[in-house]
Amino acid sequence: MNPFKPKQRRAIPGFGLTLGITLSYLSLIVLIPLAGVYFKAAGLGWDGLLHTLGSARVLASLKLTFGSALIAALFNAFFGLLVAWVFVRYQFPGKRLFDAFIDLPFALPTAVAGIALTALYAGNGWLGQYLEPLGIQVAYHPLGVVVAMTFISLPFVVRTVEPVLAEAEKELEEAAATLGAGRWITVTRVILPSVWPALLTGFALAFARAVGEYGSIIFIAGNIPMVSEITPLLIIIKLEEFDYAGATAIAAAMLTLSFLLLLLINLFQAWTRRSRNR
Amino acid sequence: MSQPRDHSLQDPPALPPEFGTGPLVRKNSAITEPAWVRWLLIGSALGFLSLFLLLPLASVFTEALRDGWGTYVSALREPDAYSAVKLTLLAAAIAVPLNLVFGVAAAWCIAKFEFRGKQLLISLIDLPFSVSPVVAGLVYVLIFGAHGWAGGWLAEHDIKIIFAVPGIALATIFVTFPFIARELIPLMQEQGTDDEQAALTLGAGGFRTFWRVTLPNIKWGLLYGVLLCNARAFGEFGAVSVVSGHIRGQTNTLPLHIEILYNEYAFAAAFAVASLLAALALVTLALKTFLEWRYADQLAAARRH
Amino acid sequence: MRTLKTLLKPLLIVTAGLGFGQALAAEPLLNVSYDVARGVYKDFNPAFAADWKAKTGQEIKIEQSHGGSSKQARAVIDGLQADVVTMNNPLDIDAIAERAGLLPKDWQKKLPNNSAPSWSAILFVVRKGNPKGIKDWNDLVKPGVKLVIPNPKTSGNGRYSYLAAWEYAKRQPGGSEASAKDFVSRLFANVPVLDTGGRGATTTFAQRDIGDVLLTFENEVRLIKEELGPEKFDVVIPSLTVRADNPVAVVEKYAARKGNAALARAYLEYHYSDAGQEIFAKNDLRPSNEAVLKKYAANLPPLNLFSVEQSYGSWAAAQKIHFADGALFDQIISAR
Repeated sequence: MNPFKPKQRRAIPGFGLTLGITLSYLSLIVLIPLAGVYFKAAGLGWDGLLHTLGSARVLASLKLTFGSALIAALFNAFFGLLVAWVFVRYQFPGKRLFDAFIDLPFALPTAVAGIALTALYAGNGWLGQYLEPLGIQVAYHPLGVVVAMTFISLPFVVRTVEPVLAEAEKELEEAAATLGAGRWITVTRVILPSVWPALLTGFALAFARAVGEYGSIIFIAGNIPMVSEITPLLIIIKLEEFDYAGATAIAAAMLTLSFLLLLLINLFQAWTRRSRNR
Repeated sequence: MSQPRDHSLQDPPALPPEFGTGPLVRKNSAITEPAWVRWLLIGSALGFLSLFLLLPLASVFTEALRDGWGTYVSALREPDAYSAVKLTLLAAAIAVPLNLVFGVAAAWCIAKFEFRGKQLLISLIDLPFSVSPVVAGLVYVLIFGAHGWAGGWLAEHDIKIIFAVPGIALATIFVTFPFIARELIPLMQEQGTDDEQAALTLGAGGFRTFWRVTLPNIKWGLLYGVLLCNARAFGEFGAVSVVSGHIRGQTNTLPLHIEILYNEYAFAAAFAVASLLAALALVTLALKTFLEWRYADQLAAARRH
Repeated sequence: MRTLKTLLKPLLIVTAGLGFGQALAAEPLLNVSYDVARGVYKDFNPAFAADWKAKTGQEIKIEQSHGGSSKQARAVIDGLQADVVTMNNPLDIDAIAERAGLLPKDWQKKLPNNSAPSWSAILFVVRKGNPKGIKDWNDLVKPGVKLVIPNPKTSGNGRYSYLAAWEYAKRQPGGSEASAKDFVSRLFANVPVLDTGGRGATTTFAQRDIGDVLLTFENEVRLIKEELGPEKFDVVIPSLTVRADNPVAVVEKYAARKGNAALARAYLEYHYSDAGQEIFAKNDLRPSNEAVLKKYAANLPPLNLFSVEQSYGSWAAAQKIHFADGALFDQIISAR
């Protein structure tokens, strides 16, 4: 289905310029500073690294952080797609208002988000007072970590899927329908494949953002070691001891893990894109 | 790559007679859902948003107004709050345009060309999101701090990076780094290169093609990206906190000012300033809504396109 | 295209309008301080400025930076140009001396009372009427009692609470290091939330209704009552508590570079003046001057105290035994 031969693509100019800008800016702002993290962590040596990263507490926190981020990102992927769909395709009262509010989790400082969520979900909060009698504890519980992560990464999926969904051509759906496809088939075979790459992007971003989150979670999690202690908090604890090497070692481990996961998601995304166009 | 843009499809072929009812009705029902499905979807989407978005926001505003409008207004009129607003706007005004230029350049080379290591590049662009904000601040301390790699040289020349405006701007750039690029990449990939090919074939130069063909196509995605980037630049706390130095009235941004108020148990004032941040973000969103409304016909044309 | 221009225009105006003109004519005095000292310095700085003006005729400007004590120390080490540091823990000033050499290692000898013009102590805050009947440390380890203590790894408040509990257990009849470890383990098993800072812990206790007891500094109590409800809390003074000194020091290298050395020194000396000591007492910090402390005995009653230096020789030793990576606190908290 790909109508473009590589030869034709060369006709588009600006590759060198834009790639040059991209790589220099990326290096200056991200890569060189992050290399500093690895450099500092390397000061620990292998034994030190293994000692720091192999501790049960660090491992438990990594499990909690990455596990919760995954759940939050999946949750956001599902509801984000739903919200984007509803915003693009349907008319209903209050749509503009809801649409305008989507980005607010980014604008609120994460600490404020954490405080507001804790106030809501604590035993004496608006929601907590109904949930706790049911035996559902959110604040000061690992579940609180998921809730906070869901909130702070909520806009990603909605905002990456929305423009693509708006762009998706209704003509194709019409064609599918004309050819006798039922609505469900049209949605799953025509619409979903076209938003799938954007959905994966949104998922990857939400996941990445959730993994790194610190400010809101420390308010709601309870921060009990082995139970509700997230990895970024362990980094802070190392820093409090002026242990820069230990802090950067944990940071480097997080960074490597996140990077590998992002790479995996992005490769998968590219693969689905290619197989769709074949 | 995108679906083939066969513009002849804009005139749908006449429907076979067995479809019975008029083509218009048929067409609409074929590309939309029954009313009950529609309302079910709308209901669950709004339910989700209310629970995870509106309720926390409502509690921010409730807390802000707990001690009445007097406290609210005086919290916003404090000189420290004013200087924090200025610094926050300044940091965003530096970070957003730089990330905008980068975002467009990155999206162009990633979406319009095939090259080795592309997914690697995309993943590297995503990376700042997964870096804990504290670490994001720390990396600049490791470089520009008094004991950092560049620290000695900077001190000799009396150049202040961290604990001053440049450090705050850098930290803001870092945490908002991927926004615009990541908003544009999937969109531009979806759009493909045929419009540009056409323009180039017709003799337009590269820059002119970008300005006249690509930019109009991506402007709404670009707008979303800028808004997100801007919102996040306003709200960033962790990274900025590390490089700010927390000097009252000098290097405190709005989120840091909120932390101070909260730590003084001035909850109403803290939430009042937080609601101001939310309101600042809403102003940019109102601008977006206005533009959408003002250019509704263009937008519709672009979408039909 | 008009869309984009409409968008960019306000942005450009904002950038141009704000400008970069952050330079100041004279270098103000920068006091880098810990988190909860804000209230004190709001009273202290104008008093000192007036005194300085009366003596020298100079108008001065004093800037404050507040944050977690070790975080502030890190900022100074990494280049935040403080003229003076005022902390709640000598370790953080030691760190500045050792890691950055910005002040001499014997900084504690430069001013009276080991350079600590004021101090505070750990007390218990309980719910009104003390429904759980909390009287002393041994009541905190009872099953069913929940207490809120901030994380000793990230807050001075938590460190002092931990050390006080340890010392109490050790001083019980038949007490030993082992029994103390057991006691503190049971105590932390009763902690449902480990906030990262003292103020966060207070909010958890007061606003979220978590826990029966909050362990905090004496100077925090009045603010808690004033801001969070006077009828909601009572204070319990335990049979033994810890003296938490608030040391101060001139960051000599920075002060000299900025030409503020004399001013910085005078600023710290003013901490020891009667006027300065009164300001501390009025803010519920215990002044190092015994006479002033006696004057405020109604608010600041005598306590049965020990100090970290008494028990461990130095703060650094206590830190190493208890709070270093993998040390006693880590063992206790990971095992719970």
